[in-house]
Amino acid sequence: MTPILELDRLGKTFEADGHSVVALADVSLAFERGECHAIVGESGSGKTTIANLVLGLMQPTEGEVRFNGVKLPGLRSRQQKRAIQLVQQNPLSALNPRRSVGASVRLPLDVHEIGPSRERAGRVAALLEEVGLDGEMARRSPRGLSGGQRQRIAIARALACEPELIVLDEPTSALDVLVQARVLQLLHRLRVAHGLTYIFITHDLAVVRAIATRVSVFQKGRLVETGPVEAIFSDPKTAYTRQLIGAVPVVTPEEAKLRDAIRAGSEAAGT
Amino acid sequence: MSEPVLTIRDLRLAFGGRRGHPVLHGISLHVRAGEKVALVGESGSGKSVTARLAMGLLQESPRVHATGSIRFDGIEAISGGRDIARRRGNRVAMIFQDPTSALNPTFRIRGQFRDVLRSGDRGISAAEADRRAEAALAEVSIPDPKRALDSYAFQLSGGMNQRVMIAMALANRPALLIADEPGTALDVTVQAQTLGLMSDLTEKRGTAVLLISHNLGVVREFSDRVYVIYRGRIVEHGTTAQLFAEPRHPYTRALLAAIPKISGGGLPDLPERSPEFESPLIVHEGCGEPVEARA
Amino acid sequence: MSEPGSPVIAKRGGSRAVAAFFGNPLSVAGLVIVVAIVLLALAADYVTPFPEHVGPIGDFAAMSAAPASPYMLGTDTMGRDLFTRIIYGYRLSLIMAVVVLAIATPIGVIVGLVAGYRGGWTEYVLMRITDVFLAVPPLVLAMAIMGFLEPTLLNGMLAITAMWWPWYARLIYNVTRAEASEGYVLAAETVGASTAHILFREILPNCWPSILTKMTLDVGFVILMASSLSFLGLGVQPPTPDLGSMVAEGAKYMPDAWWLSLWPAIAILLVVLGFNLVGDGLREAFEAEG
Repeated sequence: MTPILELDRLGKTFEADGHSVVALADVSLAFERGECHAIVGESGSGKTTIANLVLGLMQPTEGEVRFNGVKLPGLRSRQQKRAIQLVQQNPLSALNPRRSVGASVRLPLDVHEIGPSRERAGRVAALLEEVGLDGEMARRSPRGLSGGQRQRIAIARALACEPELIVLDEPTSALDVLVQARVLQLLHRLRVAHGLTYIFITHDLAVVRAIATRVSVFQKGRLVETGPVEAIFSDPKTAYTRQLIGAVPVVTPEEAKLRDAIRAGSEAAGT
Repeated sequence: MSEPVLTIRDLRLAFGGRRGHPVLHGISLHVRAGEKVALVGESGSGKSVTARLAMGLLQESPRVHATGSIRFDGIEAISGGRDIARRRGNRVAMIFQDPTSALNPTFRIRGQFRDVLRSGDRGISAAEADRRAEAALAEVSIPDPKRALDSYAFQLSGGMNQRVMIAMALANRPALLIADEPGTALDVTVQAQTLGLMSDLTEKRGTAVLLISHNLGVVREFSDRVYVIYRGRIVEHGTTAQLFAEPRHPYTRALLAAIPKISGGGLPDLPERSPEFESPLIVHEGCGEPVEARA
Repeated sequence: MSEPGSPVIAKRGGSRAVAAFFGNPLSVAGLVIVVAIVLLALAADYVTPFPEHVGPIGDFAAMSAAPASPYMLGTDTMGRDLFTRIIYGYRLSLIMAVVVLAIATPIGVIVGLVAGYRGGWTEYVLMRITDVFLAVPPLVLAMAIMGFLEPTLLNGMLAITAMWWPWYARLIYNVTRAEASEGYVLAAETVGASTAHILFREILPNCWPSILTKMTLDVGFVILMASSLSFLGLGVQPPTPDLGSMVAEGAKYMPDAWWLSLWPAIAILLVVLGFNLVGDGLREAFEAEG
């Protein structure tokens, strides 16, 4: 079966003041339909560049992005835009403070003419309920809503497009632990219910362990390691992945044990 | 057991005056000499406000109404008047979340470091200050201290800036270091390094630390004793070992359960908020009332 | 402290702004002045004692009469009641201000929105044109235009409009640049919304506080500018009552017939002050809204 998304020898170089900066170099990676594929890395790893290239917010300097086997052009059609959606990191800025919650969630329905217009208000309420909010919230302003509530609304807006793929760019890193847990559960439920594919961009390996099915580790614009989530955590192949897992602050003895084993492994490997 | 350097008693605070929006509902905590204590909570819990009050940074704001007591070295910070920060001199230092914005972008590190050292020792010569600054930067494993001193903050990486901040904060040998979410803005590997560094240095010098954090993992690795704060109240207090091995307050349990683990396991279905979280304070054995701060 | 997860339900922004506005005595004073002047100007035909003095003919028995009953503010050299002419002068000034702003604001706002959002060469061309206009002192530019055209009311408004829109372009350009980096704009883009939607439905609503504040402040300045032009003889022509012309005309008879220019000057001062107080109040209120 064709992967839903393929990055083929993808590269991005920025030119600035006469010298060039390589943000992404020669990345080939396939995303299978229905998986939650985590893109992990620290700052400068190229993970944000991948998000921008997949969403068409930037054009690659090398290689191409294929969606369902078809190369995505520089200027995408509305259908192509609709199929790939985004949930951003900062829920405070992701909603227009001067538009109602309902208007924000309804926007994709109007843009893509999804359903008859008289049924769209009902659809908005249903979407809000699906992400665990009260349908009545449509009438409210985002002002005064919590980060968790706003992030749920942003998820409802992405869902309204009826996308195939959602790029989740650090979607829970601005949220408190208890809120994060519930949003992660919501995301998992939605993926299963709608057969969605996620690209989950994050620096938090514990979150990756909780939600991802597959992990790709990036360092300085290059793909370092990719594999199923269990394999990455039980037997990381590269020193960098071991270093990343070894740096996670842990809270339980089981975690500490796993981490110490991984740290010991990297010492044994002589790094 | 040594006596506390910092004692906070029944600290209450409201924004917007006496009848304003209450933020703290009677916080009591203490930090003993050489001890590493963590105050852990979510955003809006009041942990950062407590740190700022302890540092003497909020009292002068007309919108803030604070009561209770914050005693450091026998100096009262709540009713002590306007010049708390000056009277304490260099006995308390602070490290902030974002090191790059805590340093002045328009001056080289050298000048800022000299100012810090001069505030501890007015008579120090420029040459002596530079010598001590270099030694301090070497101590935080900065590879080329001379070059770092001649740099501006924006020319150094976030991790480097954090090390410079730690070196500056400890340069005058404070009795207490207040660290507000140190390294949260940094990458995980860099954060781990800077926390390790801070831990080693403060231990070596016997500096007490009050760590403010939302990250239970960081707290577990760094501190000796933990206070958990929820919506302006301390809900659980114990040694780090007690609290992580046997969390007893519903809120602490929920927090620990909700953190994703690298060892796997699903996430529990927990509410974001619950009346249970407001149940009374639980103090673990041996963590009772402290002796008064020395006068 | 507005942190996420805070249990406090914030008041709707609008009501907080209204409370901040009315909590400020200076804004309220400004509003009282503005409302009084607007009402007087609207009802000029009914509230003025000598509406027939709007034309060239006055009371020839009482030319240049000092303030006394029935001419409470005195009369001008043609025996026309000054109070009546000031109120009609207000009417004309307000109409000018409304027309000028009604044309200049949309032009400036659209230029600013497009330049700020599109960037690239669009931004370069639009903002350089704006800068050229901004570089010339406004009164000089208006005088140049008026020297070239017939000094009529319409041309006066045209001249002022031509030099007014660039200020809106610059203001909205800056607001748009800031808003364009907000997440909600990125969200609208990824959802597939049109540029028109993003400009007018997403970004423009966030420009309204800046636009309203500037417009209110500008009513006073447009009136001042129009008065300056007519003071220089380049604006409205007699016998139409105009505050600037009245000050200019009366200045010839200073200090003997002091009332001829003093009252119109105070009238200009009052209206400019009133709109400025309201404008400042609005700005602070919108800031309180956050």
